[in-house]
Amino acid sequence: MSASAPGTTFIVLMLPFLAALIAPWLTRRLGHNAAWLLALAPVAIFIHFLGFSADVADGGVVTGGFQWVPSYNVSFSWLIDGLSLTFALLISGIGALIILYSGGYLKGHDQLGRFFSFMLLFMGAMLGVVISDSFLMLFVYWELTSITSFLLIGFDHTREASRRAAIQALVVTGGGGLALLAGLLVIWNITGVSQVSLLLSYGDELRGSPFYLLALFLVLGGAFSKSAQFPLHFWLPNAMEAPTPVSAYLHSATMVKAGVYLLMRLNPVLGDTVWWETILPVFGGATLIVGTLLAIRQTDLKLMLAYTTVSSLGLLVMLTGFGSEHAIAAAVLYLVAHSLFKGGLFMVAGLIDHEAGTRDVTKLGGLRKAMPVTFIAALAGAISMAGLPPFLGFLAKEEIYYALWATDPWSLAFVAIAVIGNGLMFVIGFAVALKPFLGPEVKTPKHAHEGPALLWLGPLTLGAAALVAALISPVTHRFISSPMASAIAGAPETVTISVIPHMGPALILSLVTIAFGIIAYRMLDRLRAGMAWLLSAIGWGPDRGFDQFISGAVRLSVAVTRLVQPGRLDVYMTVTFLMIAAALIGPMAWYGEWPAMPVWPEDAQFHELVVAAIVLIGLAAVIYARDRLTAIVSLGIQGFAVALIFMLFGAPDLSFTQFMVETLAVVILALVMTRLKLHASDHRPTLQKIIDMSVAIACGGGFTLYLLAVTQQPFNTALSDFFAAYSKIVAHGANVVNVIIVDFRGTDTLGEIAVVMVTGLAILSLIRIRTPRSTVADNDPDRRPGQAVVESREVR
Amino acid sequence: MRTVIFRSIAPYLTSLMVLFSIFVLLRGHNEPGGGFIGGLIAASALAIYGIACGVAPVRRAIYFHPMAIAAFGLFMSGMAGVLSVFASVPYMSGLWIYPHLFGVEIPLSSVLVFDVGVYLVVVGAISSIALALEERDRD
Repeated sequence: MSASAPGTTFIVLMLPFLAALIAPWLTRRLGHNAAWLLALAPVAIFIHFLGFSADVADGGVVTGGFQWVPSYNVSFSWLIDGLSLTFALLISGIGALIILYSGGYLKGHDQLGRFFSFMLLFMGAMLGVVISDSFLMLFVYWELTSITSFLLIGFDHTREASRRAAIQALVVTGGGGLALLAGLLVIWNITGVSQVSLLLSYGDELRGSPFYLLALFLVLGGAFSKSAQFPLHFWLPNAMEAPTPVSAYLHSATMVKAGVYLLMRLNPVLGDTVWWETILPVFGGATLIVGTLLAIRQTDLKLMLAYTTVSSLGLLVMLTGFGSEHAIAAAVLYLVAHSLFKGGLFMVAGLIDHEAGTRDVTKLGGLRKAMPVTFIAALAGAISMAGLPPFLGFLAKEEIYYALWATDPWSLAFVAIAVIGNGLMFVIGFAVALKPFLGPEVKTPKHAHEGPALLWLGPLTLGAAALVAALISPVTHRFISSPMASAIAGAPETVTISVIPHMGPALILSLVTIAFGIIAYRMLDRLRAGMAWLLSAIGWGPDRGFDQFISGAVRLSVAVTRLVQPGRLDVYMTVTFLMIAAALIGPMAWYGEWPAMPVWPEDAQFHELVVAAIVLIGLAAVIYARDRLTAIVSLGIQGFAVALIFMLFGAPDLSFTQFMVETLAVVILALVMTRLKLHASDHRPTLQKIIDMSVAIACGGGFTLYLLAVTQQPFNTALSDFFAAYSKIVAHGANVVNVIIVDFRGTDTLGEIAVVMVTGLAILSLIRIRTPRSTVADNDPDRRPGQAVVESREVR
Repeated sequence: MRTVIFRSIAPYLTSLMVLFSIFVLLRGHNEPGGGFIGGLIAASALAIYGIACGVAPVRRAIYFHPMAIAAFGLFMSGMAGVLSVFASVPYMSGLWIYPHLFGVEIPLSSVLVFDVGVYLVVVGAISSIALALEERDRD
């Protein structure tokens, strides 16, 4: 382990956020050309992380950071090994291309600056997720990716579909994030370490812990929701409501891989158990098949790609779950290959949409002459996606088959799943890359021609990268695949596969896949019709389920609100006072610990008796008052008598406050009474009076008993001695009460005055709501027609 | 309630009470008093003025919306704690300075700033409730 240049790495981690800050300003100045400048941020990050690659390729691990909240052992620290380095390079490399692509794609958009800002914020968050060493930092960045994803999906916020998709993604991934937090805390609790780099040696302890399953399920909840595993996959296709750069970057190349990243990261400590090796392949396999079948159904280029992204994520989870040496190598290769080809294909889909005006595959054709560069980029992506040589996708697919091939039924089942899944992805890949370009020219909504360099630069570069990475596979393996596989396995590993095919079961399975793919491609229209029929026959999906869940939650909360808030003030008061009485008397009755009755004091002074008499007179005045106003004022008598008692027994501050509170309480109560327009006198039926009286007596009696019980305990003087001794010395104040309020317990007071403030606001708005509409409408020029509806709902 | 006597006396009574409330606020650290009590006194002073002369004169007299006063008070109290950043001590630690004005030593502290914040919150919150209630009372 070495800790090199922690300062630089910290600055690099903050760089996207800084760029996000200046992006709107820069875009106002330079328009879409700001992309060239903003792309420098990810390029700088890419170069910085490239500097670690030699070190990491030799098995080095770079850590760094600083203490964040030392008292809770929380640090801001990062860990750069093969796994995080590869992710960081993908995020920053593809990020630079995406920023450029966004500049071309949203050229002239009013809110381009905001878009750049969100994209860069996301980049910073995603970088943080994969670089984080500390659990809490990981969680914070993880949720930040969910939030930025929410902002980006809902970027086109005037459309209802995008708003719904944004909320859906936030609910699913944000909810998963909470599960992840809980899972990380469980792991923290079991092992006592809060850093990934320290976790490695605790694998056996974790797996042997009785809480292993709890930790596993919680972590899987986070990972599966983020990486769109079946049956939580539905948010990802809906997220295609976002502009295409977002789909290409967040929802194919990077963010959705955060879940896979997490599983890979925790594989050495949570993996290698029966649960891990069952749950992951089963869910991954199911996701793979469901994703490809749903993709066949679609005609929208982006949706076709989105569903295959779901299935690719399933494949990655499945491979991670197997955990064998070759499975991990396959997962690594496929992850890198997928980021390159899927990001590229999404950009191609957006490019076609941008230039031709539609992305419905049935309405496109013959674009190869108009858009030759795009065609090349699309072909490069599709060949890699289909797993044909000489692209990186081929290496990945060979390695997958190599890893899965065995003759027991369990493995054969997964081989079959992989073949079907890969075959269908072959179909979709070529459907996206060939159908819009080949065949007779079709009239498109816009007259299609080649897009600007900003748009085709990205997909072409990614396609070329996939080709070069495969051709120089020894270099790729040395710097990317092997270090990453070692980090996932938790032990040194070497990946060796190359572009030259070897005879063996893997090659045969590849040929089977290709044959299956070609046949399916020719039958694509029939398959699509069949899937459409099947889906409408089922008629229900998790997407509908989400809506039902949300509306169910709303109905439940309405029901609960109706139950606990019937809207009758007397019910609230009665319930509140009954609860107080029960809380006071209940424990004494339960334990039978009644206080001893006080004896009449021998040395009662005359003035003390007078105060007691005033209290009793006040009581009688309240009960026998003819109208409410008199009763309220008479209640004030009680309060003043209590204030006198405080004064007599040496609590001037308390007494002072009591006087003021009593005065104000009487004034405010009287004002409220006049507003309520009640009858001046009391008209309760006798039964009601008896009930109210019983509640009142129970409450008052309860308080009396409680106070008696408390004062009969021996008095602990530790606190009063402390305050009396230190008030003058430490806080320079002789009035202990005030010193406690403003100094010793100042933060408490801050909370209390915040409560006073909020209560004031609440009461103010309550008073305002009850104001008749006519008087407000006349003198409020800001009132818009829509507001009346909202307000009437609140009143109800 | 709006008798001539009450209306004539109310402004003087209110000014005296406000003055007294500030006195109570400032002496609070060593003798009975402090921001909370002072605030209550000032709030009742404003309530009296409101009952006697109507709400509009009170609102004119205090110039700011009472809720804004309360919010400023809360902000002030919160910031009084932040001052300790500059002395590198934990949040809310009391800091004292003793400037000499005309030969008299005047102890000033972040605690005093905090207490003034408390005073403003109490005045603002309570008088905004009272004034809002009185306002309806009139029409």
